[in-house]
Amino acid sequence: MLVKAYNIKKKFDDVNVLENISLEVKEGEVVSIIGPSGSGKSTLLRCLTQLERVDSGKIEIDGKVMVDTKDGKTVYADTNTLHEIQLKVGLVFQNFNLFPHYSVLKNIIDPQIVVLKRSKDEATKIAMELLYKMNLADKSHAYPCELSGGQQQRIAIARALALNPKILFFDEPTSALDPELTGEILKVIKNLAKEKMTMVIVTHEMAFAKEVSDRVIFMDKGFIVEQGTPQEIFGNSVNQRTKEFLSQMNSYNQFY
Amino acid sequence: MKIDNIPIDLILKNMFAATGTVLKIFFLTILFSVPLGFLVALARRSRFKIISLPTRIYQLIFRGTPLMLQLFFFMYGPFYIFGKGFERFTACIVAFVINYAAYFGEIFRGGIAAIPKGQYEAAKVLGYSRLQTFMRIILPQVVKNVIPATGNEFMTLVKDTALAQVISVSEIFDVASKAGSKYFSAIPVMIAALFYLVMNTAVEFAFKLIEKKFDYYKI
Repeated sequence: MLVKAYNIKKKFDDVNVLENISLEVKEGEVVSIIGPSGSGKSTLLRCLTQLERVDSGKIEIDGKVMVDTKDGKTVYADTNTLHEIQLKVGLVFQNFNLFPHYSVLKNIIDPQIVVLKRSKDEATKIAMELLYKMNLADKSHAYPCELSGGQQQRIAIARALALNPKILFFDEPTSALDPELTGEILKVIKNLAKEKMTMVIVTHEMAFAKEVSDRVIFMDKGFIVEQGTPQEIFGNSVNQRTKEFLSQMNSYNQFY
Repeated sequence: MKIDNIPIDLILKNMFAATGTVLKIFFLTILFSVPLGFLVALARRSRFKIISLPTRIYQLIFRGTPLMLQLFFFMYGPFYIFGKGFERFTACIVAFVINYAAYFGEIFRGGIAAIPKGQYEAAKVLGYSRLQTFMRIILPQVVKNVIPATGNEFMTLVKDTALAQVISVSEIFDVASKAGSKYFSAIPVMIAALFYLVMNTAVEFAFKLIEKKFDYYKI
């Protein structure tokens, strides 16, 4: 198991955002998390990538314990361990978060040089290979502001991949994109799935989740309501809440 | 050379000499108040009240009272309190530095606050340390953010040097107004205006250049 999370709880002020979430992700698995807004999907991802701290529960990533609750006390690992765990995960944001003052190439090589202490030549070689893969090699000297949202997101994916993460998290990677640009990102993710990259994807693209995932998790109001293969969730879910949500998404998709 | 019975060449000579003082005040104030303002900005952002609150009170006092009064304070205050004070020019620089650091602190604080949270989050997830994040990702963007407001402050500073005369530091306006009353003429003050305008034209050009240098990207 690459990710093991048990009984995760997280409150913002007095609102329970995550209530007893447990989740396991195997190596090479592609997991989609779907659910209405405010269901805690993004918060779960942010807890797993250390952008938020959980109130209680246990998270283990690639055999290293990030946080554990024993006898009612929640304790995070020491700074070094947390940094090691941080390097095992990558996160792709909804709004890309590229560094605007760096060129495309610098966005991808700077973390490699600064964080992994790679040489500039090695980092550049890795970056260029990834840019070829993303079909953006000709943009290496452009700045993020000169690129479309789809191109920026592909660069953000390349930047994350350059650090060789064990697992890549996607937080609604296509939600900030025009519909015609969504396809290019989904294609990239599909290719990564073919290469057996372990991925957890929070998404509103139901057709995509159905096609690419090994497992789909449906979250609502801070709970995991149901999980299973895409066929189980999209085909013949018996859960009332899941069916309601999916039919809502369906009518939305038909409307547009 | 005389115009309107005024010895223009003599006045110009004195004004050029006073320009040296003005430039000294200008550059020394910049040299100390910009880094100090940066520390003020960081102190204001501190999550420890014991650091942020006194800094805020300091800014309130020095932005909330006249610079002229502050010049008097640093000139004569220490004499009353310690029986021993600064030298005239030193008192002038101290007042300017402390006053301007309060303003720069506010400008830089705004510049830092304007950086989206996503930049910190992206850097954290990529494994940058907090210091690396600040030095490599945040600071370069802050510099771009604060250029216009800082240029504003620099221009104000050029004109504020005229206040140094209240503690008898002889600068351009001091020379001009004394000559003006001596020869009963407005011409020396007009010349002084030209001096300030020329200096601020240089400041304006410099900042235009810096702005252009940072134009290669947009947020």
